[in-house]
Amino acid sequence: MKPQDFEFLSKLLKRRSGLMLNPDKVYLLESRLTPLARRMGMEGLDALVEELRRTGSETLTRDVTEAMTTNESFFFRDRTPFDLFRDQVLPALKKRRAATRKIRIWCAACSTGQEPYSLAFIFKEQEFQWRDWTIEIIGTDLSRSVLDKARSGLYSQFEVQRGLPIKLLMKYFNQDGDVWELSEEIRKMVTFREFNLLDSFAPLGKFDVVYCRNVLIYFDQATKTNVLERVREVMPSDGTLFLGAAETVLGITDRFRPVRGQRGMYLPSDATDEVMAAVVA
Amino acid sequence: MRSCLVVDDSKVIRRVARRILEELDFTIEEAVDGKDALTQCEREMPDVVLLDWNMPVMDGLEFLKAIRSMSNVRQPIVVFCTTENDMSHIRTAMEAGADEYIMKPFDREIIEAKFAQVGLM
Repeated sequence: MKPQDFEFLSKLLKRRSGLMLNPDKVYLLESRLTPLARRMGMEGLDALVEELRRTGSETLTRDVTEAMTTNESFFFRDRTPFDLFRDQVLPALKKRRAATRKIRIWCAACSTGQEPYSLAFIFKEQEFQWRDWTIEIIGTDLSRSVLDKARSGLYSQFEVQRGLPIKLLMKYFNQDGDVWELSEEIRKMVTFREFNLLDSFAPLGKFDVVYCRNVLIYFDQATKTNVLERVREVMPSDGTLFLGAAETVLGITDRFRPVRGQRGMYLPSDATDEVMAAVVA
Repeated sequence: MRSCLVVDDSKVIRRVARRILEELDFTIEEAVDGKDALTQCEREMPDVVLLDWNMPVMDGLEFLKAIRSMSNVRQPIVVFCTTENDMSHIRTAMEAGADEYIMKPFDREIIEAKFAQVGLM
């Protein structure tokens, strides 16, 4: 691939999705975009870049961005962020939101839906506790194709075995050969929405809990800071943030602080001692 | 270190499972069918049994029922690992006392996730 083509594509991806591509990732561009070029009836990557340069096509730009995003996801990925949610965050929120009986959760960059659905399972499994509550779980991603899959609730045999306990599979899925379909009662608990983390969060509203996992790792430092500081603005001071196992707020923003002993969990820096005490290990 | 008894009539499956589980820090014993597994369990009970369903001599379900009917022993965790991938088989296995259920083909991530779910990791 020509150096100027790499530069063109990496700038376009950074601008569109925040995705940072170092020159050592040329292979990644080639392996993901060559099939896309072929599907569009082009010779290869050179032709695709030329087409993008010449037309600036919005559709093609979107396809390129989607092809370059990593969409790996599992149910209950890494376990801890879901155990903490069920055992620490929810009991505390249940007390603090007793007046409004409303909880809103945002799964930013939710990919094919396993993360928001895992949260839905947690609520469903303790259904009687939340009977007169309004629970909103919003999953967003910039890729339309992953959202289509998330909404369909259709997962392969491999996908339903990575992290999903067999008892939940038996309870909430219907089988059609090798395809497992998530039941309507779980699917209707999650709302999916196309959304780019570089855009204003204002239209999304406020959230008590935000899962923003395994997406910041693709951003440069300034974008990480910017996204996290805006996340802080969409949550109250007793909100909770979950990041991925390889991510942190340390050195990126001082608007959040880690919760001692609870990996991946962060509270706003101005959270009261009482809020911190409810979740600290 | 925890012990795992891998029960499968396929040598290839036993070898693959052994490799994955040894990397996850389990000590491994192997059995070629349910009867062989039962004999080994009577001698020394493993912490966990990774159990195929269709095997000659004694199948996985018969083994599971036999183990679960034994009193005065420390019951092992039993994880089925079989090509039987329909809901009725899963239900039958869970009702007979299985703790988890893996549908073949499996890989390291699936074994790891399932073992974590039953508190083995």
